[in-house]
Amino acid sequence: MTDATNSDERIKEMSRLRRALIRPELGGMVGCVAVFTFFLLTASDSGMFSSTGVLNWSVVSAQFMIIAVGACLLMIAGEFDLSVGSMIGFAGMMIAIFGVTLGWPMWMAILVTFAICIALGALNGYIVVRTGLPSFIVTLATLFILRGFTIFIPQTLERKTIIGGITEAAEGDWLAAIFGGKVLKGFFAWLGDIGMISVFERGNKVGQPVVDGIPMLIIWALGLVIVGHIVLTRTRFGNWIFAAGGDAQAARYVGVPVERVKILMFMFTAFCATVFAVCQVMEFGSAGADRGLLKEFEAIIAVVIGGALLTGGYGSVIGAALGALIFGVVQQGLFFAGVESSLFRVFLGVILLLAVILNTYIRRLITGER
Amino acid sequence: MQPIIRMTNIEKHFGSVIALNGVTVDFFPGECHCLLGDNGAGKSTFIKTMSGVHKPTRGEICFEGKPMHFDDPREAIAAGIATVYQDLAMIPLMSVSRNFFMGNEPIKHRMGLPFFDHELANEVTMKEMRAMGINLRGPDQAVGTLSGGERQTVAIARAVYFGAKVLILDEPTSALGVRQTANVLATVDRVRKQGISVVFITHNVRHAMAVGDRFTVLNRGKTFGTATRGDVTPEELQDMMAGGQELATLEGSLGGTV
Repeated sequence: MTDATNSDERIKEMSRLRRALIRPELGGMVGCVAVFTFFLLTASDSGMFSSTGVLNWSVVSAQFMIIAVGACLLMIAGEFDLSVGSMIGFAGMMIAIFGVTLGWPMWMAILVTFAICIALGALNGYIVVRTGLPSFIVTLATLFILRGFTIFIPQTLERKTIIGGITEAAEGDWLAAIFGGKVLKGFFAWLGDIGMISVFERGNKVGQPVVDGIPMLIIWALGLVIVGHIVLTRTRFGNWIFAAGGDAQAARYVGVPVERVKILMFMFTAFCATVFAVCQVMEFGSAGADRGLLKEFEAIIAVVIGGALLTGGYGSVIGAALGALIFGVVQQGLFFAGVESSLFRVFLGVILLLAVILNTYIRRLITGER
Repeated sequence: MQPIIRMTNIEKHFGSVIALNGVTVDFFPGECHCLLGDNGAGKSTFIKTMSGVHKPTRGEICFEGKPMHFDDPREAIAAGIATVYQDLAMIPLMSVSRNFFMGNEPIKHRMGLPFFDHELANEVTMKEMRAMGINLRGPDQAVGTLSGGERQTVAIARAVYFGAKVLILDEPTSALGVRQTANVLATVDRVRKQGISVVFITHNVRHAMAVGDRFTVLNRGKTFGTATRGDVTPEELQDMMAGGQELATLEGSLGGTV
């Protein structure tokens, strides 16, 4: 008995080291440290780490995070959604059509848009599940269909592809404030007063802090990341997400409702895209037919950097959030560092390739096969 | 003793193909009943009829003395008929404990919300695995690191833990090496002794002879009857599986090694 206990403990000791190595978030953590070190060394005097600079890349990262959470859970469930970008454009346009062109109250426009987009996500999922076709093809079709309507509808109704006036229409609306507002304004005013953050020295905002609150966009991003992480790792449904993506047939044999799980994940991805869209139109005050272009790929790349496997069944929401953070920091950091912005795409491609190679290696470590 | 499952005159047609043509078998608690047959004999169709995947075209299934009609596998599982499929038992990327409780996750409530009870799941998994003779590094070890035999064993332990009365094993040993096969057969023996009815599908007579109490041979959708251990030789079983003479001559030329 003593022997057995001893050997068990020895084996456990080994596993701790191994476990530290094979966390799905490993790549994202290493990447974050590397990226922050790089920009602290090269761009620290450019204002990137001043309060406005931090807010700048935080907002961009939060945008990536919102769609990455949806893409992450869907990818772990074994599917893709390439229509995320088109969905963002479509959702934004719907809000503008309902709220500005048709003049509905903004809260109603937002709720109806959410209902339509989540229904479209469910349709995506239903087609994938029923036909057994790769979600890649099904959502590629959705990508074009939605983008087409996003251009056609405003063209037909308003004879233009950008609809403004959303800020005015949303004025004082309770639901719009949940997406476009800012929180902790008092706290930031106080920070400005005590000199922790700089204040405007000229103009009509004299004495007000340069950062006057945390945009709701960031709150949404953090909220989605936390909820997504808890659902995935700490609930029964989370286990079903892993199972559905790991091996759908094996999951079915033990009674996991694989079809329902996948459809729900498509709906959640659509929900995340709509959150992104609402926050964006509230920030810009307008909806454009070209919004959200290529966002689906950026979401997928953030998820892959975060350690998820393209084949499903493995990944982490925290990892995806770190992937999104890397994205946002690099995209804005290159701007602060004065580097030609087209190089951002080069960086994307390179880091994607590295992440995929690392993930494949980690998978071999976990499964000890192939 | 009353059989736990009695399958009477089961027929299954797929369009114009007759996969099962009147098969009658009964299964008793605590016995290991081997279903033998060559490829295409109807073994898989037969067990899928038992486990609720297929509905029989004709015939009757009696479970614990009462006629049963399973509409889908979940009903069969709920009634206590568990099936372990050869290569689809486990998900390699998930931990042993997550696999063990897949579809039956234990729940604990925190602030009124249902959460996956990982402590309970890990504890039970470690205990059950030790009872089956598998020493895990930890409950979060991925199933992918286990050997094929160990995966079968985890799947069997899982079915038993969740109250299987009938355990159907679909060719559990066909892809395994010698030592892993021995481990799985030992597991089968252990499970049988707990009073569970084990249905063991194989086309390997030697594996069947090692653990089987009774043997039913399927050939071209029909059964040649059920033999009890001791009444039948491996050679006779082999002959019945192949449908008689052809194999006899073949075996002669191969020196009896098939």
